[in-house]
Amino acid sequence: MAKKKKGFSVFINGIINENPTFRMLLGMCPSLAVTTMAKNGLGMGAAATFVLVGSNFIISLIRNIVPDKVRIPAYITVIATFTTIVQMLLAVLLPELNKQLGIYIPLIVVNCIIFARAEMFAQKNGPILSILDALGMGAGFTIAITIIGSVREILGSGTWMGYPVTVNLFSPATFFILPAGGFMIMGFLVALFNKLANRKKNDNTIEHQDACAVGCPGCSNAAGGGDVK
Amino acid sequence: MDKRLNVSSSPHIRHGATTQKIMLNVIIALLPATLAGIYFFGARAALLIFVTVLASVGFEYLSRLVLKRNNTIGDLSAVVTGLLLALNLPPTLPIWMAVVGAFFAIVIVKQLFGGLGYNFVNPALAARAFLLVSFGSDMSKWTEPINRITALAAEAVSGTTSGATSGATVDVSTYATPLSILKDGGEPPSLLDMFLGQTGGSVGEVCALAIIIGGLYLIIKGVISWHIPVIYTGTVALMAWVLAPEGMFTGYALYHVLAGGLLLGAFFMATDYTTSPMTKKGTVIYALGCGLLTIVFRLYTGMPEGVSYAILLMNVATPLIDRLTRPRRFGGATHV
Repeated sequence: MAKKKKGFSVFINGIINENPTFRMLLGMCPSLAVTTMAKNGLGMGAAATFVLVGSNFIISLIRNIVPDKVRIPAYITVIATFTTIVQMLLAVLLPELNKQLGIYIPLIVVNCIIFARAEMFAQKNGPILSILDALGMGAGFTIAITIIGSVREILGSGTWMGYPVTVNLFSPATFFILPAGGFMIMGFLVALFNKLANRKKNDNTIEHQDACAVGCPGCSNAAGGGDVK
Repeated sequence: MDKRLNVSSSPHIRHGATTQKIMLNVIIALLPATLAGIYFFGARAALLIFVTVLASVGFEYLSRLVLKRNNTIGDLSAVVTGLLLALNLPPTLPIWMAVVGAFFAIVIVKQLFGGLGYNFVNPALAARAFLLVSFGSDMSKWTEPINRITALAAEAVSGTTSGATSGATVDVSTYATPLSILKDGGEPPSLLDMFLGQTGGSVGEVCALAIIIGGLYLIIKGVISWHIPVIYTGTVALMAWVLAPEGMFTGYALYHVLAGGLLLGAFFMATDYTTSPMTKKGTVIYALGCGLLTIVFRLYTGMPEGVSYAILLMNVATPLIDRLTRPRRFGGATHV
């Protein structure tokens, strides 16, 4: 019972509390570069999830055999293997998507989400939990970049998943397809996600703030005090 | 604030300037260019200006309300931003796009970064750049001015009606701006036409005379110093003369000064207090940078105009310039 619960919380952790894109700000490169369309976000998320599950599983199996000093090269080899599999599969099954994602598929090898999970989770936990963690992180990443892709596609191209949405409402603003628009949408979504995710925690932090308020006048880190020179 | 006698630590003698008074002066200085724009482009331009200013003030009020900050629409800075934005738009731009531009300027560039004095670039210019990359075709649809002063004068002299003033409705056809004519190698309009505003262009940028009157008012009132406008336009004129495509030292210096948004940008937007350097030395570097970038954009890129991007880039560089030109403390060590 307890183990089951832990598995579930490991899975959910990747989607909300430690969402790689919105909370940890990992994997920014694909999150900004390929999210001009919702479909690309979904495809990128799925590809990364596949590599993440595969590498987390294998790494958690070999974690006790691989010497600590050479663990990074070993992980890279494992991750590169799965990335190559994904790239070959995409080239055959979805050549169009493969062309759109371009260089960002091979770049999954150095995706920091996958590295972070290998280093922080798979190295310390068993294969079942590692798979659940990979699924949660992959789902969190996929959801996040699909949302970014959806917002950018609707505002910037007037379509969603390739279907026209805003044809008669307003003409789309190309700005949101461009990198600057990507950064802006990203910032807004991170702020929104953190506000929603932090709402529960606010009840607990009040106590802490009260305790701090006493020392504020003398506190050198108080707002505005840091810049005076 | 109205009391002249302040019981407080020094300084005891205070200047009467407030944000509100400065902004009011800027609005007064912009009036000639605004009226010229309305005269040349008709009621459509007046509507565009009115809606953009109204939307800017409205967004300022709403965003302060939502962000739970004290209300600042009384300082008139939102009016200035809205007016400057409208003067930088083509007269036929759909109204809703102008409202989106006002939202971008006020909410995203100004209030989300902390309000007046905290914006990292000029809000009106950032909104113009946003609209330009978003709605490229609508943002480069220029129209011919309705009223032509030089044609009217010619009629008065010759006593005939040539029909130059009649029949021109605002959205008749697209019309080239002086800079796009120059880029495409056509015959440019005369300097007098450009000085008076008889060319295509944004609502407020066409009439050089009106902008110069407003700019001189600001300099005389002490709201801006002469450094940025003079060095900026001087750099553009010099570099346009030197780096002419037909050969060195043969360029249209005066032409590049009068065409496009250079004067409007140099007098009213590059001089924004928040986004220009604080020291004199820094101001000179900043104005030189604006001028060089403008001429590089105009002569060596696909875009006909480069004033807004040049000023935006130098806005971003302003904190670095300020750090570079920070005055040494009196009696302090020689090293920085």
